[in-house]
Amino acid sequence: MLRFSIFIGKLIQKISRLRGGGSALPGLVVERINPRFVQKVLSKLPQGVAVISGTNGKTTTTKIVAELLEKQGLRVFTNNTGSNFVRGVISAILENISIRGKFDYDIAVLELDEAHAVKFCQAAPINYALLLNVQRDQLDRFGEIDHTADLLQKVAAAADRDVILNREDPRVSKIEAKHPSYFGLSEELLAKFPSDDDLIEASEIKVSDKPAKVILDKLLGNHASYIIDGESCDTDLTLKGIYNAFNAAGALALCAAIGGDKFDRSSLADGLSSVESAFGRGEVLKINDSEVEILLVKNPSAFQLSIASFADDSYDFMIVINDNYADGRDVSWLWNVDFSPLSKVSMVSGVRAYDMALRLKYENIEIGEIEEDLEKAINDFTKGSKRPKRIFTTYTAMLAIRKIISGKSIL
Amino acid sequence: MIINILHLYPKNMNLYGDHGNMLALRRRLEWRGYEVNVIHHDPGDELPEDIDIIFGGGGQDSGQTVVEDDLKIITPKLRDFIEKGTPALVICGLYQLFGNKFVTYEGQEIEGAHILDISTTGGEVRLIGNVLIDTPEFGQVVGYENHSGLTYLGDGVKPLGTVITGDGNNGKDKTEGVRYKNCIGTYLHGPILPKNPKVTDFLISKAIENKTGKVETLKELDDTIELKAHEVSSKRPR
Repeated sequence: MLRFSIFIGKLIQKISRLRGGGSALPGLVVERINPRFVQKVLSKLPQGVAVISGTNGKTTTTKIVAELLEKQGLRVFTNNTGSNFVRGVISAILENISIRGKFDYDIAVLELDEAHAVKFCQAAPINYALLLNVQRDQLDRFGEIDHTADLLQKVAAAADRDVILNREDPRVSKIEAKHPSYFGLSEELLAKFPSDDDLIEASEIKVSDKPAKVILDKLLGNHASYIIDGESCDTDLTLKGIYNAFNAAGALALCAAIGGDKFDRSSLADGLSSVESAFGRGEVLKINDSEVEILLVKNPSAFQLSIASFADDSYDFMIVINDNYADGRDVSWLWNVDFSPLSKVSMVSGVRAYDMALRLKYENIEIGEIEEDLEKAINDFTKGSKRPKRIFTTYTAMLAIRKIISGKSIL
Repeated sequence: MIINILHLYPKNMNLYGDHGNMLALRRRLEWRGYEVNVIHHDPGDELPEDIDIIFGGGGQDSGQTVVEDDLKIITPKLRDFIEKGTPALVICGLYQLFGNKFVTYEGQEIEGAHILDISTTGGEVRLIGNVLIDTPEFGQVVGYENHSGLTYLGDGVKPLGTVITGDGNNGKDKTEGVRYKNCIGTYLHGPILPKNPKVTDFLISKAIENKTGKVETLKELDDTIELKAHEVSSKRPR
């Protein structure tokens, strides 16, 4: 049955490629004809399956974990196609499994969004979970923030080995697991890191009493100090921003749990120095002679942290807001972000350009131009001064920007 | 002149950018030369005597239970404010709690403040999406709804408007929100006030009227961006 499923899946993959189709169909068909497919393949992996979930930072954190484990000599299977649904995992397996069922990996490291992580745990046993945060994201899809925390609790309950939890996120730190351990921030850094509940108004900082397996102790420029299992480890980071440095603490905790005594802690931390961000997560591009940094902002907490890290008067700023299904139809969340660190926004674009402009107007922030046409907006924004530039963008707008930059037509 | 705005339960009831409503009131007062004083009311706080505008937002279920007990304590004072014509805007969660009762989907009955003659029952599905309504007082009003409660109006109140697209109060009778004295209740987030400046200015002008005892025309503001944002929102898919 396994070989038959692989054969059918690969066949459909070939056909849909020829037709220029997407990656969902083969997964869909295999899921139907063999519901135990994922379980059959992944349960044979010697080091098991690790699931990474939470609202923000999944893609980058999964990339960090996979690269750190590879540097320690493990063969890592990961779903880096950007499809974090069960079907996407099946499609990724089909691409990497031989027709005879040979699947040469030590461990699977999978990024899954909250709802699909629960479905995945029902389809296949998982061993490790790394749960990053519960923040206000696309509430129109999941209903409510407390419901999202319940979903992650189910994922934690399904993992039979270590569950790594963010102790600084009140909704994540209270999740129960058979073998919980935590990653956290030093008191000094905690003050710079607003929790979702703090976005409306500053509440007092609560220092957690939970012991952490990994702590992000200091962050100066691109130099980070972590404390891993009590051992102090310093490293330079290519990744930018405090939230990436913090998610890396979660990644280190997961890797240390997987490797146990076999991994040297400083060499593990050293591995971070060469990990780069994924597209749209701080990547720098050259457009019309301007250096442009693309910053994906999917929800208020991500936007808030991004502004806290990147508001700098030597840069020109552009903000692009779309409200397509993948962005979330509801743009109310823009009002939960504090934009006051920005003194001017040179260009506002996207389907909801005027909602964004309105938000800035009511914060008394200067607006350069409002241009709904994204291609024209990007051209105008990058043509003016030679100053370095930063674009904050929602998910589908980021995809549209990528198309424009690679010279193809917009959406 | 100082305008005192009461913000009910900002910590517990602050979903969906409702904070933007406070900002809309503040700026449109400041831009016209008024001073603004915001009073946060959290559970356990004493309610002040001098209040010109009341605002309360929506919250997730866990936020709602915390405020229920406190609301019982301040209800008599709140009712006096509404009865004497203090302008007020209550959204989603507090809109429901200002009513007579809320019967949850499981059948549990929660006593409301009896300030607005409305009753709500918990529904099976969430009503979610962009909304456009037609109102007699403010023209077309845009917003975004996300609620499972189904609200029905009693005899003593009128709806805020009629649904053009969306579900509104209950998805059946085409009504959205409620109007009583100078109080507006609604399911519309978005937030509602920034993109519907006529509604904001209604609350502001009533506050000034109560304070000065005479009807004054508000200074006109440049609403180009407000009206463009309104127009774009009214055409977005559900």
